[in-house]
Amino acid sequence: MAALTAEDRGLIQALKAFDVNLLWHPALSLETGVEALDILNDVLDGRHTLDALCIEGSVLRGPTGSGRFQMMPGSDQSMAAWICQLAPLARYVVAVGTCAAFGGIPMADGNVTDACGLQYEGDVQGGLLGRDFESITGLPVVNIAGCAPHPDWITETLGLLATDGLDKDQLDTFARPLFFANHLAHHGCSRNEYYEFKASAQRFSHLGCLMENLGCKATQAAGDCNLRSWNGSVGSCPDAGFPCIACTSPGFESPNDTFQETAKRAGIPIGLPVDMPKAWFIALAALSKSATPERVKTNAVSDHVIVPPARSGEKT
Amino acid sequence: MSRRIIGPFNRVEGDLEITLETTNDKIDSAHVTAPMFRGFEHILQGRPMMDALSINPRICGICSVSQSVATATALRDALGLSATLNGQLGTNLVHATENLADHLTHFYLFFMPDFTRDVYADKPWFDASTTRFAAKTGAGAKAVLAARARLLHITGILAGKWPHTLAIQPGGLTQSPDDGACMRIKSVLADTRDFLQDHLFGQPLEQISSMKDRQALDKAIDVALSAGADFGRFGQIARDLDLESQGLGYANFMSFGAYQFDQGPAFSAGRVVNGKPLALNSNEFTEDVANSWYAGEALHPAQGQTIVNADRQGAYSWSKAPRVAGNPVEVGAVARQVVAGHPLVMDLVGAGGANVFSRIIARMVESARIVVLMEDWMQNLEPLAPICSDTPIDPDQCGTGVGLVEAARGSLGHWLNLENGRIQSYQIVAPTTWNFSPRDGVGLPGAVEYALQGTVLVDDDKAAAMVQHVVRSFDPCMACTVH
Repeated sequence: MAALTAEDRGLIQALKAFDVNLLWHPALSLETGVEALDILNDVLDGRHTLDALCIEGSVLRGPTGSGRFQMMPGSDQSMAAWICQLAPLARYVVAVGTCAAFGGIPMADGNVTDACGLQYEGDVQGGLLGRDFESITGLPVVNIAGCAPHPDWITETLGLLATDGLDKDQLDTFARPLFFANHLAHHGCSRNEYYEFKASAQRFSHLGCLMENLGCKATQAAGDCNLRSWNGSVGSCPDAGFPCIACTSPGFESPNDTFQETAKRAGIPIGLPVDMPKAWFIALAALSKSATPERVKTNAVSDHVIVPPARSGEKT
Repeated sequence: MSRRIIGPFNRVEGDLEITLETTNDKIDSAHVTAPMFRGFEHILQGRPMMDALSINPRICGICSVSQSVATATALRDALGLSATLNGQLGTNLVHATENLADHLTHFYLFFMPDFTRDVYADKPWFDASTTRFAAKTGAGAKAVLAARARLLHITGILAGKWPHTLAIQPGGLTQSPDDGACMRIKSVLADTRDFLQDHLFGQPLEQISSMKDRQALDKAIDVALSAGADFGRFGQIARDLDLESQGLGYANFMSFGAYQFDQGPAFSAGRVVNGKPLALNSNEFTEDVANSWYAGEALHPAQGQTIVNADRQGAYSWSKAPRVAGNPVEVGAVARQVVAGHPLVMDLVGAGGANVFSRIIARMVESARIVVLMEDWMQNLEPLAPICSDTPIDPDQCGTGVGLVEAARGSLGHWLNLENGRIQSYQIVAPTTWNFSPRDGVGLPGAVEYALQGTVLVDDDKAAAMVQHVVRSFDPCMACTVH
């Protein structure tokens, strides 16, 4: 559903630019019931080629391995069984969203549905298709992670695949396309000045950085959310004042403590920015806190700007 | 008697299968199967209470904000908080944005494409319908996707992103819009008004929202037809196929009240049973599981349980069967507008009940009303007023909370029980759980099962077009149903 807002022109126009034709889409295609099953059966019988099999949602293997928690409507087979039959026939297999990639929210707290991703179960390779699975072109399952993924990650990945423009070396260790996984969600954050000075929001609606108190994991999470932004390039999670919950990461569904608070040990956040030695972080944080301008300190705990930046040539 | 299974039933959100029993091509009975179980109520159990705000939107990719609003409402109730006025305005703006986007998605992408089926090839309206509504290629589909993406900028501006925002909190929103943001929202609303007036209605929104009776409706359809607008195309098709005679539902409607403010909702709460208005009494609710793959018996959602029993004798769905005082009800735009007393929708339902035609008209009327409401709310949003309550939240809160809201598809209820700040139990009854429920313990069919009875299938129509129209007139969201 996220994909329907793609590139601000809608999915159809966005895919047309890349010459991608949807063989069958559950929300958009006319074909329903028998007509839809006919298309899938034609693929199984070799009458249709399948360039890309795109799966949304976790694979539900329960109860007791039967797959009855998600049956393919109109057939007496589980969705898992259909995926296992279709995947080897596809040039590319694509997991759209963190559920299909790693298992996602349904895997949380006891995993009652025995959910997994197509090729991962959390951060462990395997999942439904197994760690050694490769589609016809030799690629593992391509993981467009995110809950929901940015719509343009979906259309751009499909566009790359349509021109055979995505190789193994353009995927990260969790098989996420590098064009978005090479960034941290923090990059381009509009609250960056508050981050630099460790001027933190105390509660929701404050303008300050969300990392110290309100659970923001953008300095650890893959994604270019703040570089390209969402919904017409106007928004993102931290920009709107709520934390990045690292929804592109395996295991995001089970945070250390809670989603909306930063887990800390001895007052120090457990999850520090990736690549940053802890001692340095603490030292720099202390230094920048001591250097925080009054303006930044005041605005960080307000819901709108109280102290404007001083203008050059103006008296403050 | 013969039996026919339709699935995967697409152009709905989530997984759906329908089994029909027919005699001489007339449907004697329909059984609706939700073939998926997702386990959200289990996932929530034991979690810190505020985690529900992150988890619940992810129940659904299309009514994610509705799940957010219901969660925030239930937590607010349990915590004894109130939201700031600006927070209420902002929340309702984000919620109305999603609901309007859903109505547009339903009309253009889910419902109308069935009128481009080969079975209608000899109809005078077929070519125009195909040009406009053909799945994936129709000019209307392209236009609406662009308009919908533009409309959802409001969610980007106020709530960061769509779907799955965490901006909606019990005390209001996490971000205060400044003057620039307010102007951008007004600009998006102006474009949305243009799309609806130019493409959908071919006339001012006020013409549509103020229709009083059948005569006004007929006139508006004619105006739309001569303007080449899609509302007119639908009206023409509906007259030709007599969609008003199809998919007659129960005369038992319910609404939890849409777009709530401290002083009350913009569309009122209540029930209308056989034309008679009744007060809403949620104590009368039960969720029956006699024909669902769960163990146990019918319980009020506050005491509800979700215990899987995949081998339950006679069960045929993962949906439970919610009832009000033992009766199935219909929810959605038609129910909401009847309960809210919209004259035209009351007139249509009074004459012919809820049917394929009146369900669509109610959505159209509501779409026009939503834009007018949003424009009004924007006049009241004050950029410098507090957007979120600063009342501290007790991290060890105990007690119960209820969140009753209206999603695009109808009444959505959350019932939670907190113990020391953790969720002890959480039960969700979604709109499509009401509409697409299986039979209950006394054998009463759910709303769409009832509405399908008597529908006549046409020979050689593989897709059973009229079944498609009836089912889609409800705009089901199966993903929410089987949370």
